[in-house]
Amino acid sequence: MTVPEHTGSRATRILGALTLAGFAAVLVLALVVSPPDQVQGDAARLIYVHVPVAIVMNLAFGLTAIGSVGWLWKKSRWCDTLAAAAAEVGVVFTGLTLLTGMIWGRPTWGVYWTWDARLTSSLLLFLMYVGYLVVRRLPADVDVRNRRAAFVALLSFVDVPIVYFSVEWWRSLHQSATISLNTTMSGTMLFTLFVSIAVFMVCFAWIVIHRFRVAWLEDEVEASGLANAIAERRAEAFAR
Amino acid sequence: MTNGGYVLGGYLVVFGSLIAYVVRTLLRGRALSKQVPPQDRRWM
Repeated sequence: MTVPEHTGSRATRILGALTLAGFAAVLVLALVVSPPDQVQGDAARLIYVHVPVAIVMNLAFGLTAIGSVGWLWKKSRWCDTLAAAAAEVGVVFTGLTLLTGMIWGRPTWGVYWTWDARLTSSLLLFLMYVGYLVVRRLPADVDVRNRRAAFVALLSFVDVPIVYFSVEWWRSLHQSATISLNTTMSGTMLFTLFVSIAVFMVCFAWIVIHRFRVAWLEDEVEASGLANAIAERRAEAFAR
Repeated sequence: MTNGGYVLGGYLVVFGSLIAYVVRTLLRGRALSKQVPPQDRRWM
């Protein structure tokens, strides 16, 4: 059986196709079918990307925390690689959460940025996971690197519930939870939002699988490079 | 569409960034796959 020279598989092709078809449906639902909001007008259409990327952000950092516990508990390379892959994807989605929030903030609040509790804690979350990715790149023995990264991931995860509850714990410009039993959103808007959340989750699964395989390959290349360097040093020593 | 620039800008940022990130990840995967023997890249 030939092994393809890429990170794709049947599962990722299905997820990729679902993602592309789903995004096409989301664009039609969000920009054409869904009505404008009575208060915010068309600016409210940003909810169909802002809320889903924020939910995926939480999902990604949840996976990073689970993977980190898995490494600390079982010393599982699979868990550590999952944590690393999910963290990088989570940083991308956190960046998108911040950017879409800023773009939405300008027409609704009149400013792109304010040091509000939700915004500040989200920025802190972004910076902490960027720090996690930096820790993973610091030169160190694999066990040491993975242990350091796992502790940083678990420490950073403390900020996830702080971000979520910040709108309740402190006075905030940001609205409270979008999805609740007391929601005042219309049926079409709610339907569009749920479809978008589902599609972004499929997209997340698709990207994380590819990123996991890339991270696995990076470790393989690093390990083989180290083995080759050791072999060369030994050959040099015997030649003297 | 009121505030159309913000709405379209927001969607462009999200989908543009995701496309760029996915393309970068897939290309990196292809480049690394060539350096790793087949037995080490059998995906489950």
